[in-house]
Amino acid sequence: MEALAALTLAVLVTCGVYLVLRARTYPVVLGLSLLSYAVNLFLFFTGRLVTGAPPLAGAATPTADPLPQALVLTAIVIGFGMTAFVVILALRARGELGNDHVDGTGEKS
Amino acid sequence: MNHWLIAPLVLPLVAAMLILLLVGRRGVQRAVSIGATAGLLPIAILLMCFAGDGEFGVYRLGNWPAPFGIVLVLDRLTALMLLLTAVLALLVVLHAVNGDDRRGRDFHVLFQLQLLGINGAFLTGDLFNLFVFFEILLIASYGLALHGAGAERTRAGLHYVVLNLIGSSLFLIGVGILYAVTGTLNMADLAVKVAAAPPESAALLRASALLLLAVFGLKAALLPLHLWLPALYGHATAPVAALFAIMTKVGVYAILRTYTLIFPADGAAPDVGHWLLPLALLTLAVGAVGVLGSQRLRVLIAYLVVVSVGTLLAGIGLFNTGGISAALYYLPHTTLVSAGLFLLADLIARQRGIHGDNFVLGPPLAQPTRLGVLFFLGAVAAAGLPPLSGFIGKLLLLQAVTPAQAAWLWTIVLTGSLASLIALSRAGSRIFWKTEGDRAVAGQAPLPLFAPAALLLAMSVVMTLFAAPVTRYTEATAAQLLAPQHYIAAVLGVHP
Repeated sequence: MEALAALTLAVLVTCGVYLVLRARTYPVVLGLSLLSYAVNLFLFFTGRLVTGAPPLAGAATPTADPLPQALVLTAIVIGFGMTAFVVILALRARGELGNDHVDGTGEKS
Repeated sequence: MNHWLIAPLVLPLVAAMLILLLVGRRGVQRAVSIGATAGLLPIAILLMCFAGDGEFGVYRLGNWPAPFGIVLVLDRLTALMLLLTAVLALLVVLHAVNGDDRRGRDFHVLFQLQLLGINGAFLTGDLFNLFVFFEILLIASYGLALHGAGAERTRAGLHYVVLNLIGSSLFLIGVGILYAVTGTLNMADLAVKVAAAPPESAALLRASALLLLAVFGLKAALLPLHLWLPALYGHATAPVAALFAIMTKVGVYAILRTYTLIFPADGAAPDVGHWLLPLALLTLAVGAVGVLGSQRLRVLIAYLVVVSVGTLLAGIGLFNTGGISAALYYLPHTTLVSAGLFLLADLIARQRGIHGDNFVLGPPLAQPTRLGVLFFLGAVAAAGLPPLSGFIGKLLLLQAVTPAQAAWLWTIVLTGSLASLIALSRAGSRIFWKTEGDRAVAGQAPLPLFAPAALLLAMSVVMTLFAAPVTRYTEATAAQLLAPQHYIAAVLGVHP
């Protein structure tokens, strides 16, 4: 299961970085979302991959770590807000700069 | 438990919510904003009196014991940064109420939330909580950076937002690695666990330490990550740019805290100790080139901020008492002087009509003497000429180096000062002396608009007059930072 988790993260981060390096705001926003998905999954995995274990300390059975889940929740909420903001900002940049190039210059074609 | 510790967080938060409720009543909004910001000052002084004798204030939120709950920790460094923030914020908000706060919506709400984020980042003793406060101050800063609208601001703001979103992702990855290795996020507990980490996790810890350096370096505008700063600061509204003078220092603070406490230079992740000084000197050199090449006064001041970050991190990168003490003396000086210069540049730009702060032939100013004296004061302080505090800070830094490092550090710091001096002299003569045409129609700056800039620049004189007590305080702070076992004992100690 670890290999599959690592592979998922690798694919997400690779696609995210590739898209962030595009020069148009829409792919950049998508790339940021993919990166934040990857980060959320990564945080979730830091509690180790266990299944069917209760998130309680002190029990005799092996337990799942509840803290990464709390961290991931915070990260998801912040990520949502930031994605919404960057979408609005990208739209405003499109309106004010006249095109969707991240530098606002556009390519003469 | 000392409940004053949480006051620097509660006050701006309550003020922000109040101002939001008072929508449409601008006078009351301004009064609340000024009142709350002014209230931070006595609180910061109180906390500094508490921390000044070397005690640690530990505030356990929800009264959970330390490694489990979130703690706020007050030490000398935190108290110094809180006081600096309070002084800066009060003068900036006094400038903003003269009309700049009307150029966009909800200036005061964002301003107070920004103060909440900055104060929280300085106070927190928990790494994930530091991330949360970073996000609060960043979200507020995104709004403030776009305050006043305009294509240039949007362009610079977009770069800033995207870069910082990537930075936040890296921050979370760094924090996640640390948590996976140590199972804790409390900074004091992390320091213990990282020092005792088994050798097989050394590679992960090094990766985490360097990831965090990249994140804090982005906030602080360390060399390869500094490119967002000149455009953003150069185009932001004057009070926003002045407030942002403290933003890079939040990154510097995080570097100082993390790499003295969690990853000390001789500890688990020695790379930062090797990387920080060369990177800082390169930042300084590149900033100096930018200062020389600037075509506008505010871009010039933004590059001076880059130079100051290089100087600060060069002091911290020495990782000895002298270096950190020098950096901590230089930090309030450079923050207040850069902020003062940003406000002054705004006053100058208003009196030059369409020429703004561009270095082109323009009309004479309406108040050449007053503004000229202030500009001279600010330039002397920023370039680091005697007798003002910039000189003292740089002198302390030059004295702190070992002979092996001296050749590089002396050369680059002194050349950087020379470059700043040349650029500021050129800017001053272009704006004040080489003028043509009639005196600008724009009116004279009234006293309430003029006073905050003057007071910010006068802080340099104050820091010069009281250099001895300030230096004693920063030396004690540096000693406290380099002996983190007391911090760890105070945070993890027996529950009172």
